[in-house]
Amino acid sequence: MLIYVSRRLLGAVPVLIMVSLLAFALIHIIPGDAAQVIAGPDATADQIASIRATLGLDRPILEQFLVWLGNLARFDLGMSFMLGRSVAQAIVERLPVTLLLTLYSMVLTVPLGILAGLIAAYKHNRWADTAIMTVALLGVSLPTFWLSIAGILLFSVHLNWLPSGGYVPPTEDLLACIRSLTLPALALAAFQIGLLARMTRATTLEILRQDYVRTARAKGVSENKVLGRHAFANVLVPVVTVIGIIVNVALSGAVVIEEIFSLPGLGRLVVQGILRRDYPVIQGSLLVVAMLMVFINLMVDLLYAYLDPRVEND
Amino acid sequence: MTRSAAIADSVAPATVDHMGAPARRRILSKLLSHKGLTIGATIVSLVVIAALVGPLVMQGDPMKLSFRTRFLPPSAEHWFGTDHYGRDIFTRVIYGSHLSLAIGLAVVLIAGTGGTLIGALAGYFKRLDAILMRVMDALMAFPSLMLAIGIAAALGSGIANVVIALSVAYMPRTARIVRASVMTLRSAEFVESARVAGVGHMRILFRHILPNSMAPLIIDLTFIFAYAVLADAALSFLGVGPPPPAPSWGNIIADGRDYIVEAPWITICPGIVIGLTVLGLNLFGDGLRDVLDPRL
Repeated sequence: MLIYVSRRLLGAVPVLIMVSLLAFALIHIIPGDAAQVIAGPDATADQIASIRATLGLDRPILEQFLVWLGNLARFDLGMSFMLGRSVAQAIVERLPVTLLLTLYSMVLTVPLGILAGLIAAYKHNRWADTAIMTVALLGVSLPTFWLSIAGILLFSVHLNWLPSGGYVPPTEDLLACIRSLTLPALALAAFQIGLLARMTRATTLEILRQDYVRTARAKGVSENKVLGRHAFANVLVPVVTVIGIIVNVALSGAVVIEEIFSLPGLGRLVVQGILRRDYPVIQGSLLVVAMLMVFINLMVDLLYAYLDPRVEND
Repeated sequence: MTRSAAIADSVAPATVDHMGAPARRRILSKLLSHKGLTIGATIVSLVVIAALVGPLVMQGDPMKLSFRTRFLPPSAEHWFGTDHYGRDIFTRVIYGSHLSLAIGLAVVLIAGTGGTLIGALAGYFKRLDAILMRVMDALMAFPSLMLAIGIAAALGSGIANVVIALSVAYMPRTARIVRASVMTLRSAEFVESARVAGVGHMRILFRHILPNSMAPLIIDLTFIFAYAVLADAALSFLGVGPPPPAPSWGNIIADGRDYIVEAPWITICPGIVIGLTVLGLNLFGDGLRDVLDPRL
């Protein structure tokens, strides 16, 4: 296991370097003069020159990348033009909101998605299976922003049950925080629950066709026990690998959800950065999210190896 | 064709191209009798027909402003109602389908071709694998929509830039699928035979291995089409999609954001059309998977 862990940790290093290279490249794929684009059409020559110097765009590209890596090592992601302060500081302030939203949606997704998938597989080709899979299919088909708006119309405007936007930190009022995040988390979870239910159903059906399940059935083990004791444990192992994908999907969805519900998270920061052409903010936010994903995928790999020791020998 | 290549080609297993008529008929009959696939194909066909024929037969102009007809709810005259400029939403949705479907198709073509090339080379040549797949892994670490937003923001607003951004975001997915199939087939008997017969690596890869690795890719491309339609709408909604007043589906919904209480139909109706289209594509993809690759 130790060898496997070290191999996986070492394997993450080149990916992290590549991730930082891609985030660095973002400013260099801007067509034409990046400093001119960032400064906007009305900028003076002095303002453009100042941006060029601040971002180091006047230096050779290799030097720019080495300086970027050196700054990264000190968690210096540069200065935000729109906020007038460090990007790292802005990210640290906003990341908890995104993480809390993602976590909340995951808390809804994992039990509901797995349960729905299991029931659908158990009731294969019966009405419950069709009903669950239709809802799951709708979940993965309806746009997240449309579901959010429909949710606001129903739960905030008509029923007046939940707030239509805004964020209350948990340190201020936990209940109000949960209320402020419930509608966004539900809108975010709809796609993920659909995805997980579909994957769990497919995995369970595959497992129910295995020889050991047939043997258990032939021995006269009840169908509930077959599903609960034999199939469930084996369904969980492949489902764990899906968690990385689901977190990735959740973070994608968070960009839209935070904008609609006015949540001061990382996704909203990216969108604001784009509208104000604040590239250090976009680069920094993307980099932090990607590094977070590398870390989550690493954890998922290790958990998978722990649950299924055969993986270590691959 | 050299003699060795001809011999090697003759030992290749049946692909869709090489299949006999009975096998093709069997697959076709399975495809036609799959209920979900038929429903999905019908929905997608209707949307495609509406996108192609609609603008030719419809009288309305998607850009026509009329302050007398602002915020009209759905009626026999305006099926999806009108927006804050008095524009007919149904006409805009039909014209928008043209743009949104074209973007989805372009993403499928570019991400499919690029991903196939990268995945095939990485799966076949071990030395290239390390470099290419590290780049793909790094791209996959970025949540796809965030990556697409970042690229679209850097390249500037425009339809072509949206296509590039989404293609880059989805390319790693297709590359991984093709790589996995190629790696499985790399040591297959018919590939070894071709190698022994002296066939070159590129010919083995593109003539023998790739045609046999297409099923999982074709299935996944239908899902990428669906995701691209959703992501394009999300990009427009966030203001980095095709520039307004182009009637893309996302732009129409974004227009309605400020009026969701007074005129919910501006967002609700186009959203249902997007949802239906994606649902059709998902049903079609699920059906293809059931028939072409039942193991998945």
